[in-house]
Parts: sequence; structure tokens; C-alpha cells
Amino acid sequence: MPDPTLITVMAGASLLGVVSGALGCFAVLKRQSLLGDALAHAALPGVCLAYLLGGGIGVDPKHPLLLLGGALGTAWVGTLVLQSVTRTTRIRQDAALGVVLSVFFGAGIVLLTLLQHGSAGASQAGLDKFLFGQAASLVPRDVLLMAVLGAILLLALAVFFRPFQLIVFDPVYAGSQGIPVRRLEVLLTTLIVVAVVVGLQTVGVVLMAAMVVTPAAAARQWTDRLLTMLVLAAVIGALAGASGTWVSSLARRVPTGPLIVLSATALLGGSLLLAPRRGLAWAAVRRLRNRRRVRVENLLKDLWRLGERDGRYAAPRAVSDVLAVRAAPRIAVDHARGAGLVHVAGPLVQLTGTGLERAARVVRNHRIWELYLTRRLDIAADHVHRDAEDMEHALDDEVIEAIDAALGRPKVDPHGQPIPRGVPA
Amino acid sequence: MSDTWVILLTGAAAAVACALPGTFLVLRRMSLLGDAISHAVLPGIVIAFLLTNSVSSLPVVLGAGTVGLFTVFLIETLRRTRRIKEDASIAVVFPALFALGVLLIAQYAEHKDLDQDCILYGEIAFAPLDTIEIGGWEVAQPLLTLGIVACLNLLFVVVLHKELELATFDAALAATLGISPVVVHYLLMGVVSLTTVASFDSVGAILVVAFLIVPAAAAHLLTDRLPVMLALAALIGVSCSTAGYFLARALDASIAGSMATAMGGAFLLVWLFAPREGIFGRLIRRRRTRASFAQALILSRLDRAPAAMDDVAADLAWPRRRVREVVDTLQRNGLIARNGPLLLPTRAGLAFVQAVVS
Amino acid sequence: MKSDVLEFHDLTVAYHIRPVLWDVDLAVPEGQLAAIVGPNGAGKSTLLKAALELVPLASGYVRVFGRPYREVRRRVAYVPQRESVDWDFPASVADVVLMGRYGRAGWLRRPGHEDRRLAHEALERVGLAEYADRQISRLSGGQQQRTFLARALAQDADLYVMDEPFAGVDAVTERAIVALLRELRDRGRTVVCVQHDLQTVPEYFDWVALLNMRLVACGPVAETFSHENLNLTYGGHSAILERAATTLLERQRGR
Repeated sequence: MPDPTLITVMAGASLLGVVSGALGCFAVLKRQSLLGDALAHAALPGVCLAYLLGGGIGVDPKHPLLLLGGALGTAWVGTLVLQSVTRTTRIRQDAALGVVLSVFFGAGIVLLTLLQHGSAGASQAGLDKFLFGQAASLVPRDVLLMAVLGAILLLALAVFFRPFQLIVFDPVYAGSQGIPVRRLEVLLTTLIVVAVVVGLQTVGVVLMAAMVVTPAAAARQWTDRLLTMLVLAAVIGALAGASGTWVSSLARRVPTGPLIVLSATALLGGSLLLAPRRGLAWAAVRRLRNRRRVRVENLLKDLWRLGERDGRYAAPRAVSDVLAVRAAPRIAVDHARGAGLVHVAGPLVQLTGTGLERAARVVRNHRIWELYLTRRLDIAADHVHRDAEDMEHALDDEVIEAIDAALGRPKVDPHGQPIPRGVPA
Repeated sequence: MSDTWVILLTGAAAAVACALPGTFLVLRRMSLLGDAISHAVLPGIVIAFLLTNSVSSLPVVLGAGTVGLFTVFLIETLRRTRRIKEDASIAVVFPALFALGVLLIAQYAEHKDLDQDCILYGEIAFAPLDTIEIGGWEVAQPLLTLGIVACLNLLFVVVLHKELELATFDAALAATLGISPVVVHYLLMGVVSLTTVASFDSVGAILVVAFLIVPAAAAHLLTDRLPVMLALAALIGVSCSTAGYFLARALDASIAGSMATAMGGAFLLVWLFAPREGIFGRLIRRRRTRASFAQALILSRLDRAPAAMDDVAADLAWPRRRVREVVDTLQRNGLIARNGPLLLPTRAGLAFVQAVVS
Repeated sequence: MKSDVLEFHDLTVAYHIRPVLWDVDLAVPEGQLAAIVGPNGAGKSTLLKAALELVPLASGYVRVFGRPYREVRRRVAYVPQRESVDWDFPASVADVVLMGRYGRAGWLRRPGHEDRRLAHEALERVGLAEYADRQISRLSGGQQQRTFLARALAQDADLYVMDEPFAGVDAVTERAIVALLRELRDRGRTVVCVQHDLQTVPEYFDWVALLNMRLVACGPVAETFSHENLNLTYGGHSAILERAATTLLERQRGR
């Protein structure tokens, strides 16, 4: 029977992930990733003020709605300050963010310590969780609030999707179309503020920055469409929230907030490596595969050239002689053998039938390309060999065919060597 | 030395140590890199603390400071994959490292003296109590460390002034002159890391950002010259840390928090009242330019063809009263003349237009 | 008599303290391929933005089809500079072109069949139909420019306002764009371009305005695009230097 507290916390953490993931996409695309960080810090004084206010007017000072309202208030003031500072002074956005972040937080800390010796020390514990997050203290009432707010945020996103898309992508064009860019930007920022505040209780002030950015960055690796990115970011955020919570429940003294963030970061790492096409792992594989192909083709060329000297193209040669042509690594021979292009017997290596055909084609391509470089681009013949070497592996047969035809099916290359047209007898 | 003095001096040392590299962070648009470093060094500090049981000894500072450099390296690497933009790279890396640090604290430091709150906002009040013996004297360790770091930073900024200035302003030119911008960058980041770690137990992770950025940002609005900006940043930092201490005493609240708040107050004052860059200064300037614009517009219109006041108003689509006010001013300054009902510019008036427009 | 499509009257625009446009009086007649030329910082882009109510005016007014811009928005299409946008944004070519229809759809409603059809047509006219699903980060400079052009075409406007449409574009694309613009003009539309490259002005455009904070001259290309006017527009420091050099030479010869 699953622990109800665990379920509650997991639900809350997942909600946090969904909301911050989706809205974070816009912050990331607007190059305002650290806005979430600044807003989270700016929320602190609001929480304390709300607590004071609550106590003052006789309401339960620790009611989540009250505290969230306070958090929203100062976070919103923070954005106003941010925007006016950047608009009215020479101070750039990064410094303005730093000022808002640290000053508001400092004021918040002052208020927090003031409250400490106000009423009982219990007050501190209640507000402290906003600093580091205390996911374990989430009660169903909190989660319900998060759900309601989250639903409102997502609804707003759905309604305003296209205008948001336009003002983030091309605000000047949007303005020319009559879209109220400034007002929509305020709306978008407000939504982000709410999303940040919703998550504060779970991960705390410092770590909130990551929840806004990391799922969105991860989602971007998998797709090129904005809508898909939003959905994916929400899913990844939820996954991070749920898995982080679950893992932290397995051991003692493992705080939930940090684990959620580490979980999200792991998902980002995985996405960076493994996402189809863009993934770094695939890029590395492609690069390795390419390098192998280049080595093999060079080996074939060298075997061919050795064959040209004595007319025996398929004769076995000493491996050391072949490798000496261009100081090639031994592994080239192994790759070529693996591809069925050469036979290896002891210290000797020779081209197979397939290898011969392939070698003919590679040499032909190389020499045609050289000819093209000298004739069409006027590059001196003695410079041409190296340039041709580098480029030719990237050109495919179609291109060479076209060049060949354009050059009139030439017989020899710039160095006077014959351009092979098929396997010699 | 009395406790108060120790705290004041420690705060002042922290302020100076931070304001100097902080100025360059602001100018290089890398304020948030400073923020990131100040958080990301946490795991380094925790590990160092677990090993040496102290948070502010110099070797610890150096060791944990390399974590700061590592953070910068990580961020750069992430950015260079071109799958993630620069700001996003920062926002991804430092919380992850910070999370690691918090995890370590929770696991290992519960029975030791590392307090979670202390991490975030330090406790400078303990500075007088954390003493070591040096040559028979009892010296507060945080003060000593910060004092040394402040001097080192001063040296750094003075000795490498040219290089820092050029690499910040025109990296391409610096490179062609043999000053590698990359080296300068990593040197600066190293200094920031060191300073951050050294300030940790006095000021805490988040408030270090205040010390780094806020005085420098305020100084940016007060001057156009780099050496002046550096000096002003340090000065503002020291005054605010002092004021903050007394504020905290009066309210019985967090000292570092009050120092940061005081810096915020200073920034607000500068934002409003700085002579040229402040809001009021700008308003006044804008009013003045708008006035001279309006004058020049009318004068150049009249230069093309003398006209009566009403025609000018209609032409420019301005309310008649506004035109009359401007014309009155022009007349008072001898820039405009009357020929019956028509207005035309005087020689001085034409010169005025030239001055405004070129 | 042909009416004026775009009219600037006594326009002055200033950023902070510096005037960017001063006392500009200019009217672009209908059905022309018009170019706005001038040195860097002459206010050319600002002129366009003033027409589109994207910058505040210090004095004067702008009329588009005889009315303020916001009343005739539907009839104007804007093609901004390519650098104004982050091309790493997750969007396909078709997505961007469809954005041209957002103004029509009313911004809370989704674009419908008709909108998509027009977008597709626009893509075909610029020759990018087969690239419709391609991510915009994988486009060449010429393809990016054509995407922006298609977005404008999808709006089916009467006036096209373009900021440096030929900047950084290959020769083939440039010719294609010119052909497209001519087609628009032949169908009675008006096209106004900020143009950086002077050499192609007489070849591509019918009408030109020479701008250097003030209006130097405007009118049909044949009459207006003269040596003298160009000197006045681009002269400035180089003209002074030239004069100083000539004086020096003459004095030397005279000696």
C-alpha cells in the first residue's frame, strides 16, 4: 500500500515539473533563463510580509494562498524593477537581475530573522522551507492549490499560444501586425512568476532556476516544433519531479528538492547525448564512422597507386610498404579487412574484387576533383593534391559525375596520371 | 580588538574584495556568472569542511575555489556544444552543483557544525569567535582571510589593469595585441571563485552576489571612467556594509541581509539621483533636449519660409499654446525676430539650429 | 493623378538626445518600386519603423493610404532585417510563413484552411515549397530572406515595406527576389525598400529617396539618382577630405 504522503509529494513535485517545464520554454527561448532565478529570490520578502500581514489581520498566517500571494507580490515588483532599470539606465539585464536577486533576497533574510524573535520559533520553520524547499512538508491542501494554479497557467498558455510564439520569435514584426507586444510580455512574465512561486515550496529559492530551464533545454534536443517542445518539457519536468521524489524516499537524510534538480539534470544529460540526430553521442559516432571511411579510402588509394607503378593492381604488398605511403595507422588495414575490401595474409595485404572496384572509384573521384580545382578554380597544380585530399571524402558520386561530365570526361589528372574508368584487366 | 570592530572590518574587507572583480563582471555582462560561481562552490566548501573542519582557512579557500573555475569550464563546454545557449547553460549548471552540495550537507554534516541557513546567508557575527593564533596574537580568521583576499584582488586589478580593460572592452583587439581574452577571462573567474569562497562564512552564498554586483552597478551609473568606477564600487560597498551592520544591530536582524539591503538602498538612491544617469537627471535632460528640439524645429521651419504663429502650429500639428510658449522662449533668447505678423529666425537662431542638428 | 501611398510629413524622430530623422517631407507614389538609400545611421530603418508606428515621433505625422497606419494595418506587410530574429527558434519555414496570417485570424483564433492555403501559395511563389517543413536554423541566408518574403506575401498586402531585403543574399536569390518585387509592382502594389547597395538602385528601382537624417532628394530614379545628389547624401566627411586633398594638390602644382 503506497505511502499517502509519498503520493502527495510526488503529485506536487510532478505538478511543479509540468508547469515550470512548459513556461520555462518561453523564458529559455527569450534568452531570459535566469529570470526564474531572480524571481525566486525576489519572492522571499513577499512570503515574510504576507506572514506578518496575516498575523496582523487575524488570518492564519501560514495559509499557502496567503504566502503564495505575498511571494507573487514581491516577485512581480521585482520584474517591474528589473524592466525599469534596464529600460532607464545603461545597466544591462544581467546586472539588473543580479541586483534584484540579491537585494530582494537580502531584504527577505532581514525580515525572516526579524520574524524569528517575533512569535514562536515555529514561524521560522514554516517560512524556512521557502529557502531550501521542503517537499516532504507538502500537504494535500498545498497540492490542490498547485493543481488549480497550474491548470490556470496551462489554460492561459493554450489560449495565448500563437501570440506568445510570435512575440518571442519576432517581436518587431508582431508589433507591426498590431499585436500588443508590451502587454503580452507582461502577461508572459506574470505567468512565469506564478509558475516560479508555485514551485518554491518544493525545491526552494536557489534550485527553482533549474526547474524553469532544465526541462525546457532537454525538450529542445528532441524536437524542432514549439508545441512539441512545450509538451515534452512538461513531461520531462513531471518525470524529474516524480523520480526525484521517489529516489529521495528510498534513503534517509536525502532532501527531495536537490534530488529533483539532479534528476532533471540527468534527464538533460541523457537528452544531450542521446536525442536522435542532435544527440552528442550520435555526432561522435558519425564522426568516428567518417574517420574510419576516410582511412579505408586512403588505404585503397595507396594500394592502387602502388599497383600503378608495376601494373599489378591486385598483387599482394607488404603492409609496411602500404602504410609508409602516407604514414597511415595500422588500424586502417583492420577496418578495410572488416569491410571485405582487402585480404590479409601474414605481413601481406591485397585488394579483393570489391576492393579493386572501390579503389578505382575512389581514385577516379580524387583525380577528377583535382582536375576541377586546377581547371575551373585556377589553383596551382602543386597545391591541388592536398586540397583534393581533404575535400573528396565529402563529395558523393552524383557530384563527381556532374563534374566529370562538365569537364568532358577527361583522361588524365593535373599530374598526368590516368583517371581510372573501371577496373583494369 | 572589539567584536564590533572585527565584524565591521570583516564586512569592509568582504566589500572591497568583492567590489573589485565585481566591477569587471558588470562591465563584461557576466554578473550572473558570479551568481553561478557563488552557488556552485558549495560542494567544494562542504568537502573541504568535512576534511578540515573549517570553512575559512586559506588552503580550503584555494581548494574550493578551483571548483569555481571548474564550474565556468563546465558552463563553457555546455555552451560550446551549441545545443544550449549561454544563459541557459548557467541556469542548468549551478543549481545542479548547489543541489549536490545540499545533498552532501544533509548526508554528512548533520552532526558537524554546518548549518543550512549559514550557507545561504552566512553569519558574520561569529567572525570574532573564529580565531587562530598567529605569532602570539589572536586573529579572527575570516578577517584575516578576507583581508588577504582583498589585498590580492587590489593587486590583481592594479597590475592587470590594462589587460582587464582591453579584454573587456575590445576582445578582438586584445587578442591581436597578444593579450589572450580567454586567459583574462579565466583569471578573473578564478579571482571571483576565490573571493566567493573566502566570503562564504561571513556573508553566505547568495549575499556574496550582492557584494559583487550591487556596488559596481551603482558605480556604473556615477562615472564613465574605469578607475573611478572601481574606487566608487569599493567605497559604496564599504559604506553600505557599515551602515548595514548598524541597521542590523538596531533591528536585531541578519547582519549580512542588512548589508545587502543597505546596498539596495544605495542603488536606489543612485538610480534616482545620479547626476547624469539617474532618473531625475534624465528627466531633466530630456525636458531640456525636448525644449531645444522644439525650438530648433520651429526655427528651421521658419527658415524655409517665415510664417505666422498659427500657421506654424498647424504645420507641425502642435497645440497653439505650446507653439506660443516656445516662441516666447525663443524671443527671450534673441533667436527669433518678427516682421509684422511673420516670424523668422535671427542669425543666432540659425546657428542654434545647426548646433542642435549636427 | 496617382495617389500617394506613403506620406511622411515634417517627420522628426529622435533617440535620447540625437535626432535620427529631421524634418522629413516625403511621399511615395502608388505602384512604384521605391528605394530608400543613405549612409549608415541615416535613419532609413527608422523611417520605416515610423511608418509602422514602431517608434515615437517628435513631430510630424505619417499617413499610409491617406490614413494613420493602425487603420490600414491589413494592407501593409513588413519584412524586417534578418538579424532581428533568432533563427534557432523551434519553428519550420511553414510555421514562420503562417505567422503572416495571424493578424487576419484575430489573435485568439487558430489559422484556418484558407490561411494555410495562402501560406502554401506564398511559399511556392518564392520557390521554397519543398522546404516547408525544414527547421529555420538549417536555412541559408538567401532561404531565410525568402522565408520572410513569403511571410509578407501571405498577407496579400497592398504596400510592402522591406528593410534591406538583399543584405547577405546570394546572386541567384537576389535575382529571384527582384523578379518577385517586379511582379508585385506590375500588379499595382507598392514596394518600399531600404537599400544598402547603391550599384543596383538604377537597375532594380523606379523611385528613390536619398536620406541622411534629412531628406536630400526624392523622385524617379532617372532624375534623382544623380552624382550631385549622391555626393550631397554620402558626402559628409569624405567630401571635405576630398576637397582638402584637391586644394592641397592644386596648391602644390601652383608652386
